[in-house]
Order: sequence, then C-alpha cells, then structure tokens
Amino acid sequence: MALSRSNWRSTAESIAIPVGAIFFAMVLFGIFCLFAGKNPFAIYGAIYNSAFGSWRSFQGTLLRAAPLMLTSLCTALPARLGLMIIGNEGALVLGGIGSVIAGLLMVYGSVLPTPEQLQAPSGLPPIVVLIGMALAGMVAGGVWIAISGALRHYRAVNETISSLLMNYIAIAFLNHLVEGPLKDPSSLNKPSSFPMPETYKLGNIVATRIHYGLIFGLVACVIAYFLMQHTTFGFAARTAGGNVKAARIAGLPVGKLTIIVCFLAGACAGLAGMVEIAAVQGQANASLVANYGYAGILVAFVARYNPLAAILVAVLLGGIVASGGALQRTFSMPDATVLLFQGIVFLVVLYSESLYGRFQLFKEKPPAPAAPPAASTTVPV
Amino acid sequence: MSTRRYLYIPRRQVIRGLLATTAFGVTSKLWGCASAPSETQTSTGGDQASPVSDKPLVMGFIYVGAKDDYGWNQAQATGAVEVSKLPGIKIVEQASVPETKEVQEVMRNMIEQDGATVLFPTSFGYFDPHILEIAKDYPEVQFFHAGTLWKEGLPNNVGSYFALVDEGQYLAGRIAAMTSKSGKLGFVAAKPINPVLRNINPFIMGARSVKPDIKMQVIFTGDWSMPVKEAEATNSLADQGVDVITMHVDSPKVVIETAEKRGIYSSGFHAAQNDLAPKGYLTGTAYKWGTIFKSYVDLIRSGKTLMNGGIPHQVIGGLKEDYIDLAPFGAAVSEAAKKDAIDTKAKIIDGSAMVYKGAIEDNAGAVKIPEGTAYKVTAPELTKIDWLVEGVIGKTS
Repeated sequence: MALSRSNWRSTAESIAIPVGAIFFAMVLFGIFCLFAGKNPFAIYGAIYNSAFGSWRSFQGTLLRAAPLMLTSLCTALPARLGLMIIGNEGALVLGGIGSVIAGLLMVYGSVLPTPEQLQAPSGLPPIVVLIGMALAGMVAGGVWIAISGALRHYRAVNETISSLLMNYIAIAFLNHLVEGPLKDPSSLNKPSSFPMPETYKLGNIVATRIHYGLIFGLVACVIAYFLMQHTTFGFAARTAGGNVKAARIAGLPVGKLTIIVCFLAGACAGLAGMVEIAAVQGQANASLVANYGYAGILVAFVARYNPLAAILVAVLLGGIVASGGALQRTFSMPDATVLLFQGIVFLVVLYSESLYGRFQLFKEKPPAPAAPPAASTTVPV
Repeated sequence: MSTRRYLYIPRRQVIRGLLATTAFGVTSKLWGCASAPSETQTSTGGDQASPVSDKPLVMGFIYVGAKDDYGWNQAQATGAVEVSKLPGIKIVEQASVPETKEVQEVMRNMIEQDGATVLFPTSFGYFDPHILEIAKDYPEVQFFHAGTLWKEGLPNNVGSYFALVDEGQYLAGRIAAMTSKSGKLGFVAAKPINPVLRNINPFIMGARSVKPDIKMQVIFTGDWSMPVKEAEATNSLADQGVDVITMHVDSPKVVIETAEKRGIYSSGFHAAQNDLAPKGYLTGTAYKWGTIFKSYVDLIRSGKTLMNGGIPHQVIGGLKEDYIDLAPFGAAVSEAAKKDAIDTKAKIIDGSAMVYKGAIEDNAGAVKIPEGTAYKVTAPELTKIDWLVEGVIGKTS
C-alpha cells in the first residue's frame, strides 16, 4: 500500500469512505440522543473521554480490543479465499478447552488432579506451560475451523452454515466437559474445570493493566497481513478467492489452501480462547462464551477483511464498549444505548462499502501517456 | 452518474449486511433491547438534610443482564432502588456487564470515577476471579457479592450475602397444589446444581404436604438463559397435562408468558411477575435484597466495615430474616390457599414448621434425611443436596 503517485486516489478513497461513514453514523446517533433529551456533544465528549481521553481509559479500550483482534482474523483470513466463516465463537471455545486441558496436564499431570497432585504441581517454568497452552489452544481452534473448510472443499457443505452451527456444538461440548469429565467437584454452583495455579497466569504488560493478549493480537494481525499480502501463499489464496476455477486451471492446490487458511483462522480464535483462560478466567467455564467471537465477525466485516484495519476497528469497538459505562452511569441512558450506537456505526460502515468506486473525485485519471502495465505474474482468466 | 446508483446495493452486500446484522444481534444477546431508562440515579433525602455527612455514600451496583428482566437482575435492582431512597446515599448502576475483564473495568471505573466505596457486583460469576482481583487493588473498598462464596483466606474487604428460597418455594408449592386440578406440576430448571435443586425439592415437598400423591415433572434446559428451550419445555409440560408450572432460570418471563398463553397456572421466582400473567400467575418467591442492602447501610453508617470486623463476611437468611417473601397473590389463588400460606409462613417463622424434616426420600427411594432429623435452611448439610426428592419425575444427570 505504498503511497505512490498512481494510487493516492484509491488510498484516499479507502480512508475517506470509512471515516465519512463513522461521521455520518455519529450524526445519526446524535439525532437519537437529541430525541432522548440529551446533549449529543456532551455524550460524544463522554464517549471520547471514557474510551480515549486518558492513558488510564485508553488501557480499558485496548483491553477490550485485544480478544477482538484475534477473533476477527477467524473471519478475515478465510474471506480472502472467498469463504465466509463465522465459527469464531466455537473456535474460541475450543481454544479455551484445549489450552485448559494442556495446562492442567502439564501442571498436575491430569485434568482431574487428586488432592495430592494439587499439592505437588510440577515445577515447569510458566513460560513453557503458557507456550504449551497457546499451542494446544491454537491447534484445537484450528482443527475446529479446518473441519468447516474440509466440509466445504470435499463435500461442498456451505461453510457459513457449518461454522455457525459448529458454534453451538462447541458451546454444548464445553458445558458437557465442565459439568462432567473436567468438572472440579468444588465448583458446585458454577460448573468449571480445575483452576490453573496463579503462577501460570498470563500477566499484564509492564506498568499497565492490559494483559499480553493485546501483544498476541497485534502480532497475529501483522503476521496475517504479511502472509496474505506479501507472500506467494497469500497470493495463491487471494487468487483462489478471486476465481476458484482460474486458480484450479493455474494449478493451485485449492483444497490444501482452503484447509490451511481455515486452520490458521481457527488458530487465531483459539489463541483468543487461550488468552481468556490464561489471562482472565483461570479455568474453563460458561464465562468463556462472552460473544468475543461474534463481535470479531463484525470487526472483520468492517475492516473489509484487512488484518491491519482489523486492529483499528477492534480498538474502535473496544472504545465504544468502554464508553457504555459512562452512558449508563453519567447520563443514565439505558444499557442498550451503546449497542444502538455500535449498531448504527457498523451498519453505516457496511453500507458505505457499496460507495467504493462511485465518487468521481477518487476515480483514477487515465494515465496520459499510456504506460505499459507493470510486468507481474499474471494469471490467465 | 445519477443519484439512483448510490442506492444500488449488490446482492453480496445484502448477504453480508444480513450476516453482520445477525452477528450484531447475537452479540447484543438480545437482552439489552427492552430496558427502560433508569428512573433512579441519584437521590438525596431532601428535608432530612444529610444526617451523617455532606459527602454521600456512593454504592455501585453491577448487573449481568437488563434491570427489568423479571428475574435475578430485577430483584437486585429493586433492592438498589430501595437503598437509593435513603438519605445521603448515591447509587451508580451499570447493566448488561458480562463476566469478563469488562466487569473488572466497570468496578475500577465506579471506584475511580464515581467514587464508589461500596460495590455490589450481583452476578454469581463475578466473584472468581473478577471481584477477588479488584478487591486486592482497592483494599479500602468493600465488595458485597450475592452468594455463599466467601471463605477464610480471601480478601478481607469481600463479603457474601445470600437469601435462601427453600421456605418461600415450600409455601409456593402448597399454593400450587391447592390450585392444581390435574395433580401434575411442572418445573423448568436451568442446571441440576445445588441451589436449583433447593428450589425444586422444597416446591414439591410443599405441594405433597397438601396432596401427598402429587407429581412434578422437571425439565433441565442446560443453561441459565435459553428462551427457546424454556418455551418448548413449558409447551411440552402443558401438553402432558401439567397445570401449574414454575421455574429456576435467569428470567422467568418466557415460562410465565408461555404458561399464560396455554391457559395454565404459573408460579414465579426471583421477583414478582404478576403483570406478566394476570390470569394464571399464582405467587412465587421474591428476593428482598433491599432488606440486606439497608442493613449494610446502617452498619457502614455506624462506622463498621468488613475490614474492621464490624460487618460479618457471610450474611444469610430466609423468611424469618425477611430476605425473601412471597410475591403478591394472583387472581387464581383461592381464599383458603391464601390463608393457609399466611398461617404456614407464620409457623415457619416461629420455627414450629420446617421444610427439611425427616424422613425424606429421593425419587429413587433412598432415604436422604432420616426420620427424626430436621435441618434449618441455613444448615451446611443442605448445601450438599444433589438429589431430587420423592415425587419429582426427572434425573439430575
């Protein structure tokens, strides 16, 4: 996306349209606030203050954005291949299950440790355990979404439907495990797995209250961006996404690409599940199902499947969520207000997508001396 | 280019939009949509002119769902409203807060931005790890949690309060039995865990204390908020000839409304739901958290805290302590049943009637509480109940 003379207009377009859309959405929400008898400027001031106003509140925004970055990749990556995967929540849950099983096995040697085992945790260094948990979470989440990919490729099952339905299977599976095979007998009223010891907790970034999940999210988004935009693998995936027949004719292994991309996508959401276990909950239970997966779908849509843009959108959504408290407590608006704001923003942004290429201002001027097209690997269409 | 083209939306766009809207709908968990603006935000006692000090005591209340869910959250929010009417008290509230880092952030904000010194994070799942984590960072702030989770060794500024519903449900069960014509009761429950079993068992025990051959079919939906399954369960119970239905789920709204539609009776839980079913609603146990909240206010005003030992770390009670009561009787409750409920309530309060009095058998025929043994509702033995009592059709696993 280097800014060169030839493409500044399209770059400007891809910035101006979403920014304009958000502005338009704010006007709409402002009108709503007027009808509710509140001063919209005061409300936007409060939203800004409680989301981005100070380092303290910005930490809250980043904290909320962290899981969304990871779960958004679960939709964004397969979308480049032309697949609409919405199994983020299921992959996150599976990732959580995988990581808690791996963690308990490494620390106690059993998912149902006896009292003696609880007294004598293995002395593995936390970093080893955490890496093991992360890998297990990624594999579990990856395999989960890869199943959808494989069903798509080999059996032509619609991946949107299969991944959506697999969310419910994943949640039911989680409930089954924490109420049965993984249940800590002392967790009577809220069935949970055994908790991980405090020493193996994924801590906070120095001098903040943000856990390392944010770093995972940022790194994953950047890696995903380079993988998709700057590698032959990404090029092959995008080609298959553009025209699968052409990709087959060009000899691209479409099936393999589908399954690998789906695996990577699920692995990202699975990592989000691991972070939720290791940094927040400490054990697997129903709290793992917190809708981060579904919110991730929104982030991916709004970011137009661009992993770098997903970072920004996740921060924006994190900020909106963070401001919900101020709306309720300071302005005594109903708890649904923030959802309304979020809904307006996202619908307008999604609608704005249909505006691309419709403004003369952003149309490329035909190059004066017909420059020869840059030589590049062309795919026969 | 005509303006019409700006409104052209490709099919792909429509599909994507629909998916996004669905995703958004799911994200919002459908619960926030119905909440009314909070009518109580601050309240200072007017003419009483702040008896304690000029600075109001700021109390923060956090709910996992909407404040008007006809269920657990509404019961807590009703208590909060009562407290807010006391002079010198300011309450701040936030609803629909999930059991994630989000609730930790909300607690921090209430403490740092609103100056709250007493917090009531009311959802069960807020306790571990969220309250415990924040309590460590703010040792001067007192955290009160609904449950029985506090134990020695946990932060000193955390306390638990809880109301036991056994006696209320026993009374509601008696009313149900006196109202039922078919002799079949139904129960829609979330999960077969101890607090739920201690709602199911007293209800049928109360019913069988009136009509010893009455049966109750129980259906577990598997989770706290499953509106579709709850409606299905209610319908299937009605199809089987059940004519009084009660429940233990987060929001009894669906069950009560479905029962009303089917023309059968319902007995509620958590809060009073009379307006949901003007014809078929009988009564039900309603929490009176306001009693507990107010007693905390009195203690705090007199300088007592959890930290200095002036406030007990575990507060628990039932009918006698006025922590629960029956919801107002519905139109279908006969005068005889009303009188019986009032008399039995008086007997329970003075101790001459008890819910858990042997011999009590489970529904597989094993004696669980032997003849001659009786437990008060606060007895620790009762927290181990993992069985369904005789007369219940259903299994815990």
